[in-house]
Amino acid sequence: MAILADKNTRLLVQGITGREGMFHTEQMIEYGTNVVGGVTPGKGGEWAVGKPVFDTVKAARESTGANASIIYVPARFAADAIFESIDAGIELIVCITEGVPVLDMMKVRVQLDQSRSRLIGPNCPGLLTPDQAKVGIMPGHIAIPGGVGVVSRSGTLTYEVVYALTQKGIGQSTCVGIGGDPINGTNFIDVLQLFEDDPQTEKIVLIGEIGGTDEEKAAEYIADNMTKPVVAFIAGQTAPPGKRMGHAGAIVEGGSGTAADKIAALNAVGVMVAEHPEQIPDML
Amino acid sequence: MNLHEYQSKHRFAEFGVPVPQGKVARTPQEAYEIAQEFGSPVVVKAQVLTGGRGKAGGVKLAQTPGEAQQHAENILGMDIKGHKVLRVLLDPASDIQAEIYLGVTNDRAARKPLIMASAEGGMDIEEVNRTAPDKIIREHVDPFLGLRDYQIRNLAYGINLPRELWKQFIAITRSLYRCYVESDATLAEINPLIIDGNNNLLAVDGKMSIDDNALYRHPDLAEMRDTSAEPQAETQARAAGLSYIQLDGEIGCMVNGAGLAMTTMDMTKLFGGSPANFLDIGGGAKAETVAAALRIILADPNVKAVLFNIFGGITRCDEVANGILAALGEVRTDLPMVVRLVGTNEKEGREIIDNAALPNMVTAATLADAARKAVEATKSA
Repeated sequence: MAILADKNTRLLVQGITGREGMFHTEQMIEYGTNVVGGVTPGKGGEWAVGKPVFDTVKAARESTGANASIIYVPARFAADAIFESIDAGIELIVCITEGVPVLDMMKVRVQLDQSRSRLIGPNCPGLLTPDQAKVGIMPGHIAIPGGVGVVSRSGTLTYEVVYALTQKGIGQSTCVGIGGDPINGTNFIDVLQLFEDDPQTEKIVLIGEIGGTDEEKAAEYIADNMTKPVVAFIAGQTAPPGKRMGHAGAIVEGGSGTAADKIAALNAVGVMVAEHPEQIPDML
Repeated sequence: MNLHEYQSKHRFAEFGVPVPQGKVARTPQEAYEIAQEFGSPVVVKAQVLTGGRGKAGGVKLAQTPGEAQQHAENILGMDIKGHKVLRVLLDPASDIQAEIYLGVTNDRAARKPLIMASAEGGMDIEEVNRTAPDKIIREHVDPFLGLRDYQIRNLAYGINLPRELWKQFIAITRSLYRCYVESDATLAEINPLIIDGNNNLLAVDGKMSIDDNALYRHPDLAEMRDTSAEPQAETQARAAGLSYIQLDGEIGCMVNGAGLAMTTMDMTKLFGGSPANFLDIGGGAKAETVAAALRIILADPNVKAVLFNIFGGITRCDEVANGILAALGEVRTDLPMVVRLVGTNEKEGREIIDNAALPNMVTAATLADAARKAVEATKSA
């Protein structure tokens, strides 16, 4: 089972002819992901990484039957790429691109809410369903299939946790990086719900960080809706207020968004919070 | 990126918001001349990118040019919460009958712009929000529909604004919202918007923050960045494409990825040490990037040990190890260093570091091990 991406995913790559797009397309194909084609405006009819390139997402979808798209285009074109995929009716859109302006994302949100598309990201490492599909940039070989669902706002911190699980022989159903921006397509609650409904997932690891209130909302959701156990980790306990910690969304503002608040909210609903990532495998 | 008050008000004025015709002085003499030119009482205001200027004595009323000069002399060079005052703004003093708050910001939770007004202007709006949240009238804006006039009327009605001022208020609010959108601001705030003796509205103080990710659309705003108040290392890091924030601890941290970088900082604390910085070197960890980052870390005199924590995902740990050694060929240091490489080719990477046998460098297998070793190194240093 797993969630969001699996053997049936038919993936398009928006920005397939770019340096990043080409490199990661090779990696995704090598992992076994079913990449059916790519889109680069002006390069339709060419081939890249052994796959057909189209000028538009619409044309690509009509020819390939793609049901998912991954975006590697530069930040200034990212919102347009997302709009294009929504308009073409792509079910799952994953945006890796970092640095998309917030006002662009607010408009994307409105369109998404009126569509049947789901967006993961932006500014995220994407998804990995071990041994089935890699839709993004997570290193495939650090994961093994199993029953733990992983959802995270971070990139390398997610790899760290997945790697620690794998070292202890604990496999994963799907690893989802939802991204480090203040406004994103899919939040913790959306993914928790998918994991709750997924028969393969038995337990869940939630990796949060300072900024916003998504972890607090996740805690409420867990209390009201989750039967599966959740273990959490929150990064940024030593981050000073008012300073953006790399991610556009990781900032303690006006006294809210602190790690302490998030840990307290999770503890209050019975979620165990690890002091450091290497404790997580034992806590499961 | 935050703008100074004078920059924010200048920007507001470009969009049609009425502001005082102020001028900026860098010396007491300039302040004297500006006050003389205005020929009226002036307010001398410290221009620093932090709040609490008034309490710190950074805002003073002057009746004469001589007084303006004297205030400027006291305020220039003043330290307000670690920010040195290099400029003062001189505004003609206003006859303040009432103070209103008016601001637009990104509401992260609602994922929409939020416009707020309050009759409790002139105060810290976060304080009003804590003590009397119902005194703030809020309207969420659909980014496609834009701010509608009825929403502005809802604000005016909610704050009990006298009807004869609604026309002005609607014009100002429209202008402020347009300014917010067209500047890719994350905050555009007038506090206070005053009602003066002639029953006119005037934005006497203003604040703007711009979305760093959107600065490519606004080269004019990007140029307004004031780097004089931030640590030099942060300015250098930005130029090198690194994400760096100076802290006051002893362990210099070099990490790939923001979440892992925060976690590494937290781990040093967990084991009884303290982080000297947040530093995300991004993907790849090439020798020149590592060297640039190392130079920035070592320039901080508080640093007693350096902790490298690199997760090799797509990047291979052996490449990273070679990058670190190459960087150390350029940037020499005797400080103790702990290197933790994990992920792709981690064994090969550790071997490269071990074989180099640098007397001041050790490897660590786990994050906990690395943090503990780094903390010990600072204690024995």
